[in-house]
Amino acid sequence: MIAIIDYGMGNIRAFANVYKKLDIPITIARNETDLADATKIILPGVGAFDHAMGKLNQSGMRSKLEELVIEKKTPVIGICVGMQMLAKSSDEGQLPGLGWIDATVKKFDITKIHSSTRLPHMGWNDVTPLQPLNHLFDGLETEAKFYFLHSYYFACNQLADDIAEADYGGPFSCAVNHQNIFGVQFHPEKSHQYGVKLLENFSKL
Amino acid sequence: MLRPRIIPCLLVKNKGLVKTVNFDHPKYVGDPINAVRIFNEKQTDELMVLEIDASAEKREPDYKMIEHWASECRMPLSYGGGIKNIDQALRIFSLGVEKVALSSAAIENPKLISEIATQVGSQSVVVVLDVKKKLFGGYEVHTYNGKKYTGKNPVDLAKQFEDLGAGEIVINSIDHDGVMKGYDLALIEKVRKAITLPLTVLGGAGSLKDIGELIKKFGVIGAAAGSLFVFKGVYKAVLINYPNPEEKDILIRNNQQA
Repeated sequence: MIAIIDYGMGNIRAFANVYKKLDIPITIARNETDLADATKIILPGVGAFDHAMGKLNQSGMRSKLEELVIEKKTPVIGICVGMQMLAKSSDEGQLPGLGWIDATVKKFDITKIHSSTRLPHMGWNDVTPLQPLNHLFDGLETEAKFYFLHSYYFACNQLADDIAEADYGGPFSCAVNHQNIFGVQFHPEKSHQYGVKLLENFSKL
Repeated sequence: MLRPRIIPCLLVKNKGLVKTVNFDHPKYVGDPINAVRIFNEKQTDELMVLEIDASAEKREPDYKMIEHWASECRMPLSYGGGIKNIDQALRIFSLGVEKVALSSAAIENPKLISEIATQVGSQSVVVVLDVKKKLFGGYEVHTYNGKKYTGKNPVDLAKQFEDLGAGEIVINSIDHDGVMKGYDLALIEKVRKAITLPLTVLGGAGSLKDIGELIKKFGVIGAAAGSLFVFKGVYKAVLINYPNPEEKDILIRNNQQA
């Protein structure tokens, strides 16, 4: 069963509603016991890096999550700040990240953004899946628009981990995958049919 | 390409959806949840919900109602109304809202912006400025549904709030509210020049042409509207509407800046 991690940050209900519509069973995990039957994990997130990391550390679920993700190779997807938490560290905060992917989180260079609006990167932007196509983007090869809301981006140290890019003052990784670990910077739970497709794809991995 | 955002703004009073003219004469137009569902079907870019009686009645936001909207809403949601402190803001985020909008609280206690931004990140903190033309020229920000004069200038406040860590400024024109004859472009230009934050404007849109003009002039901007998306025709029959994806693409393409 897909477990959605509820550590007090992010739109749990929105994910639950998408999967309900798809008729895919989910469970909302608030403690270790709730994670017992997890075969897939969603780590949502809205918020500042340290605040989100702090909340996850206090949730009592971190060691069970590491067991599932690192030892048992259970597929996990981090969303927005949930993605950024997969990295080793972030320019936005002092706390270490989960370090599940070899990456750091950096602030956009505003000198490269030539528009009257700079940061945050807010709104609907095109997402270009890279080749070879990751199954997360099945059916989203030719047209994919997603909702973004962030000022920091995920900078992979291993180029092969980058599976999709968007452009904001230059291309940046907006989706990553390393083994069983996935992350997307945008909000699939708030991106209409494109997001529904991506979440459905994740359920089938 | 990052697109301009076209945003229905829903006003809520006594748990019902209303639409005002010049911040007055609220007309009941239906059930907010029903409207959220229709905007889902129409693949709306983003939704803004403002509970207009919360601050005026000095009461807490209606959390139960917010949770219901957020869980129904398949597009990003910003909520405003009655938020006075950080605990309320955090509680609203935990209900699944992407952005919280402050108004009177930001003006009375600007530090609140930084406090919230530190915990939730700037990207999720919106400040709404209700702006009215002054009798002898210039603009002034009002609060509490336009009833209270703050003596502050919208450009100065927008700059100050950008520095304090707000992530978006919404300029809401009281003079143009519900009039449906176009946005106050002069006001918007003043604020646009002063800040680099995402700017969303509300008040006056009467047709998609008005939104097109806004996009042509300002490029990536949030074009919000109330009446346009809840009324149809000269007699203002209530009908929730929104451009379909093709219409929206054409509107943006035809008005793209070179």
